[in-house]
Amino acid sequence: MLDDKRHVSQATLHNSFDRRSIFIGSVQGGVGVLLAGRLAYLAVAENEKYELEAESNRVNLSLIPPRRGWILDRKGRPLASNRADFRVDVVPDRMSEDAATITQLADLLQLSAVELRDLQKKVKKSQGFAPVEVASGIDWDRFAAVSVRLPDLPGVVTQRGYSRYYPTGPSVGHLLGYVGTASREDWLKEDKAPLLITPGFKIGKDGMEKQFDLELRGYPGARRVEVTARGRIVRDLETRDDVPGDSVRLTIDGPLQDYAARRIGLESGAVVVMDCRNGDILAASSMPSFDPNSFSDGIGSIEWKMLREDDHVPLRNKVLRGLYPPGSTVKPMVGLAFMEAGLDPEETAFCGGGLRVGSRVFHCWNRRGHGHVNLAKAIYQSCDVYFYHFAQKIGMDRIATMARRLGLGEEYDIPVVGQSYGTVPDPAWKKRKYDRDWETFDTVNATIGQGYVLANPLQQAVMAARIASGRNIMPRLLYKNQAPKIASLGLAPDHLAYVRQAMADVVSGIGTARRAALPLEDIRLAGKTGTAQVVSLSVSGGKTGPWKYRDHGHFICFAPFDNPRYACAVTIEHGGGSGSAYPVARDVMTFLFDSTKALEKLHDLERAWGGTAQQRLDAKYSATVAEVGDGAQETEGEEEPEEVLEQETAPPEPTAPIVEEARTPPPEPETPTLPDPASPAPGATITGNEGAVGSDPPAVPAPADPAQAAPSPPSQPSQPPQPGAATP
Amino acid sequence: MRMSFVPATIAREPWKVILPLVALVLFGAAVLYSASGGSMQPYAASHVIRFLVFLVMALVISRLPEDLFKWLAYPAYGAMIVLLILVELLGAMGGGSQRWLNLGFMTLQPSELMKPTIVLVLASFYSTLPASMIASWRGLLPAFGLMGLPVGLVILQPDLGTSLAICFGGFVVMFLAGLPLRWFIGAGAAAAVIAPIAFFTLLHDYQRRRVTTFLDPESDPLGAGYHITQSKIAIGSGGLFGKGFGNGSQSHLEYLPEAHTDFVFATMAEEWGLIGGLFVLLVFAIVLRWGLVVARNAKSRFARLLAAGMTVTIFFYIAVNLMMVVGFAPVVGIPLPFMSHGGSSMLTIMICVGTLMAVNRWNQRSSSFT
Repeated sequence: MLDDKRHVSQATLHNSFDRRSIFIGSVQGGVGVLLAGRLAYLAVAENEKYELEAESNRVNLSLIPPRRGWILDRKGRPLASNRADFRVDVVPDRMSEDAATITQLADLLQLSAVELRDLQKKVKKSQGFAPVEVASGIDWDRFAAVSVRLPDLPGVVTQRGYSRYYPTGPSVGHLLGYVGTASREDWLKEDKAPLLITPGFKIGKDGMEKQFDLELRGYPGARRVEVTARGRIVRDLETRDDVPGDSVRLTIDGPLQDYAARRIGLESGAVVVMDCRNGDILAASSMPSFDPNSFSDGIGSIEWKMLREDDHVPLRNKVLRGLYPPGSTVKPMVGLAFMEAGLDPEETAFCGGGLRVGSRVFHCWNRRGHGHVNLAKAIYQSCDVYFYHFAQKIGMDRIATMARRLGLGEEYDIPVVGQSYGTVPDPAWKKRKYDRDWETFDTVNATIGQGYVLANPLQQAVMAARIASGRNIMPRLLYKNQAPKIASLGLAPDHLAYVRQAMADVVSGIGTARRAALPLEDIRLAGKTGTAQVVSLSVSGGKTGPWKYRDHGHFICFAPFDNPRYACAVTIEHGGGSGSAYPVARDVMTFLFDSTKALEKLHDLERAWGGTAQQRLDAKYSATVAEVGDGAQETEGEEEPEEVLEQETAPPEPTAPIVEEARTPPPEPETPTLPDPASPAPGATITGNEGAVGSDPPAVPAPADPAQAAPSPPSQPSQPPQPGAATP
Repeated sequence: MRMSFVPATIAREPWKVILPLVALVLFGAAVLYSASGGSMQPYAASHVIRFLVFLVMALVISRLPEDLFKWLAYPAYGAMIVLLILVELLGAMGGGSQRWLNLGFMTLQPSELMKPTIVLVLASFYSTLPASMIASWRGLLPAFGLMGLPVGLVILQPDLGTSLAICFGGFVVMFLAGLPLRWFIGAGAAAAVIAPIAFFTLLHDYQRRRVTTFLDPESDPLGAGYHITQSKIAIGSGGLFGKGFGNGSQSHLEYLPEAHTDFVFATMAEEWGLIGGLFVLLVFAIVLRWGLVVARNAKSRFARLLAAGMTVTIFFYIAVNLMMVVGFAPVVGIPLPFMSHGGSSMLTIMICVGTLMAVNRWNQRSSSFT
C-alpha cells in the first residue's frame, strides 16, 4: 500500500518517518553495543596479549657482549686479555643510505682511504643482518662525534666495549689464534643465536681461542631500554651484567713463549719447549707470525696481502702444521733401536765418506770420512755411514717401531685446531701407500731422517723429552696442578744413559754443536743437530743460493743432561743447516735458567734485526702500505681473509711443494743420483756468528758422485713419488 | 519582564546535551594534554578554545528561525559547490591534490561543510516535494543530482571517507523522507555487485591497500596495517582501568600514529581503559539519542528530516572512527567528534549540533504555543 503512489500522503510519510527513525536509532544503538563489546573484548579478554605487545614495543632488549675469558700462562699471567675501548659498528640492513652513511662515518672517524675502501668492501660483502666493524679502539672525541649524530645515521651502533688484547702480539699468534665476528656459517651452526650477531661480539677463529671458545665466551648481559617507535632511547630500565667467560690456563710459560718467538728473529721457524717431568708444553712458538691484535680487529686487505705473499708463511703454525724431514735428529732414536735389537754400541763401522748400497753410493756429510765409528761417535759426529751400515742389518721395522715409541708419526691428544702428524715409513706403509716394495735405500734414507720421514717440531720435542726421561711423555697444553702418571717406555736404562751421554758430547768439544753449550757454569745441555736437505744437491748445495732451496736446520736438546728437566726442539726452515737452529735452542734454554743473560743476548740481536718481532711487523706493514698505498685499487679479486686463512691452515700440507719433489730418493734403483740425504753437523768448524743464521755453516753435505750421476740426469724433480702421508 | 525572561531562556537551552558535551570535550582535552607529553600546548588549549568558540556559534545558529534555514538551503549548497570547485582549481594549479582553503585564521575544508549542507538541502527538497511524488522518479533523480555533484567533486580530491559521509547523510535523509523501501533494497543489492567492481577500478592504490590491510592487518605490520595493529595494542593493553593518566606508552613513545587526531580514542583507551571508553560511548549515546528525539518531536517535515540528518551525520563520524580504531573498518581519515584535535571537523559537528538545538527551539516554541 505504501508503495502505491496514489495513496501517499503527508500522514503516511510522517508514519514512515517515525518507523524508519526507530530503525535508524536501533542501528545506532546496535553499533554502540557492538563497539562496547569490541572494547571489552580487546581490553579484557585479550588484555594480556596486547599488554605483552605493548611491552615488546616499548622495551628494547639489547645484548651486552660478555667479556671474554682470559687465556693465562702457567703462572697466571695473561696471554690474552681484554681492554676497554670505544667501537663503532654498522648493521647494513638497518642503514638507509649505505654509501652516504659510510662516507660520513669515515669523515667523522677520520678513516684513511685504505680503511675506507676496506670498509666499503666489507659492507658490500656482509650478510646484512650481521654487524660490520667500522672502527674499534678509537678515542673519545671521535667516538663522541659519531654518537651525537646517531639519530641521523640509521644502522650505526656505537658501543663502549672490550676488545681482545694480546700483550705479546705476534709471539702468541699461532698458539692462541685470534677472534673475529661470527660468520654466517657460525651463526647458522648455533641456531641463529642473537648473541653471535650482536655488535662487538667475537668468537674464537683459530688456535686456543677457537678450541676453548665456549669456555671463554661467557654469558651476555642484557640492557632493557625504553625506546620510541623511531628507536630513540628514552631511558634505561634495567641492566643485567654479563657473566665473563672462564679463563683458560695453559701450560705455556708466557715470557719463555715470547722469548722463543723473538729469538727466531728474521728466520722462519718454530721452537717447542717441554717439561720433561710432566709433558707440559712451555713454549710453542712459530715465526714469523701475524699480530692477533690486528686480526681480531678485522684485518685490512693490505695487511692480509702482505702476510699471504710472504714466503716465510706467517699464516702457518709451523709447530703443528710444519712437516719437515727431521734429518739427523732421529739418530739417537735410531741408536736406541739398534741397541734394543742387540747391537753392541761399541761395534764400529768404517766411514770412508760414503757407502755403496746396491748400485748407488750414499755419502756421509763428511766427505773425508770419520774413520772407525761406534754409536757414540756416530751420534756426536753425526756420522751417516754408521747408520747406513747398521740400519741395513737391523731393518726398518725395528727403527720404525722405536720412532713411534718416541712419538714420531703420532697425533697427540692436545686441544689444538689441527695437527699434521707426518710419516714414520716402514715396508707395510710403503706398500699401502705406493704399492711398491720397500727397498734397502729407503731404509738408508730413513735412518738419517730423510726420504719419507716427516715430523713436526712438536714431535721432535716429544722425542727429545722421551729420550731425556725414558718415559712415555705426552704433551700437555692445559695446566693441571697434579703431575700425570707417566709410564716408562720400557727402554733399558743403560741404553738411555749411553745415548744421553753421546748427546751431551754433541755439545762438547768433540761434537757437531760445540757452540750450543749453555753459557752457564753448572748446567750441561745434551742435544742433537739435524740438517735436512730440501732439494737435490744438483739444484742447490743447500747452504747458499735461493732461500727456498736451503737446507732446514734442526736441533733437539734437553737440560740438564744428567737430570733432564727441559726438552726443546728448534726447526729453522731453510736455515742452511743445523747451525741456524742450535743457537736459538741454546739461548732459549739459557732463558729457562738465567733469563737476564738470555735477554741481554736477545736485545743485542734485536738491535741488529731492527727491533722486536712486533716492531718489525709494524714497520713492514707501514712499508707495505707506503708501497702499495692508496694505489692498491687493484686489490685483485682477493678472497675474504678469513676464508683464505682457513684454507691456508686446514689442509695439513707438509711444506713448500718444491721440498717434497727433490727430497725424496728416486724410486728406481737404477737412478744413480741420489739427493744425498746427508745431515751435516756443521759443528766442528763453525765460524761463529750464530746470530746471522743464514750464514754458511762450514760442513757440507756430500754431493752426488759425478760418476754415479752420469747415466741419468742428475735431478729428477718430476719422477719421485710424493712422500706424502702427511694427511692426518 | 526581560529580567524574568533571562532565566527562562537559559532554562530552555538543552543542558542535558550541552553538559555531557562539555564533559566530553574536557575529557578530550585531558587526553590531548597527555598526548602532548603533559602540556596544554599545542593541542589541549586550542581544543577547548575552539569548542567554546564553536559552541557560541552553535547557540547563535540555534536562534535562527526555520524559515531562514529553508531560505538558506539552496544558496548555501550553491556556495559549497563553488568552494569545492575552487579547491579543485587551486589543487590543479598547485600541481597536487588539495582539500582546504586557507582563510588566514583557519583552514577550511569545504568538503567537511558539505556534510551538513547536503542534509540541509535534501531536507529542504523533500519538504517541498508533494507527497504524491515521493515514490516517483521526481522524488529520486533531483536528490541524486544534488548528491552526485558534491560527491563527484570530493572523490576528485580524492577523499573517499568524506564522499562516503556525504552519501551516507544523503541516503539517510532520503530513507527517512519515505522513499519506497524496495528502492533501498534494490540499491543495496546493486551496491553489492558494483562495490567489488568499483574497488578495482575507481579506488586509488592507497585506498585499496587500506581496505586489504584492514582485512588482514598482520600482513603488513610495518606498513598500512601498522595503524590498526598499534591501535588495537593501545586499546587492548589499557585493560579495564587503563595505565593511568600520562602513562600511555603507545602514544608517548610514538608507536600509535595520529595519536591526537584520528586515533585519539586509542590514546584515551590506553590511559583510561575500558571505563574511559564506555564513558565516551555513553556521551555519544546521549547526544545521538537526544538528536533523534528532537527529530521525532519536530513539527514540520523539514525540521524532522533536518534534525535526523544532522544526527546521522554526527553518528557517521563517530561510528566510522570508532570502528576503524577498534579494527572493524579500514583506515579512513575521519576524526572522532569532540575529542580529536582539528578545526574543520569540529566546525562541521558544531554546525550539526547548533542545527539540532535550533530544531529543539522550534519544537519548544510550537509546543509552548499549543
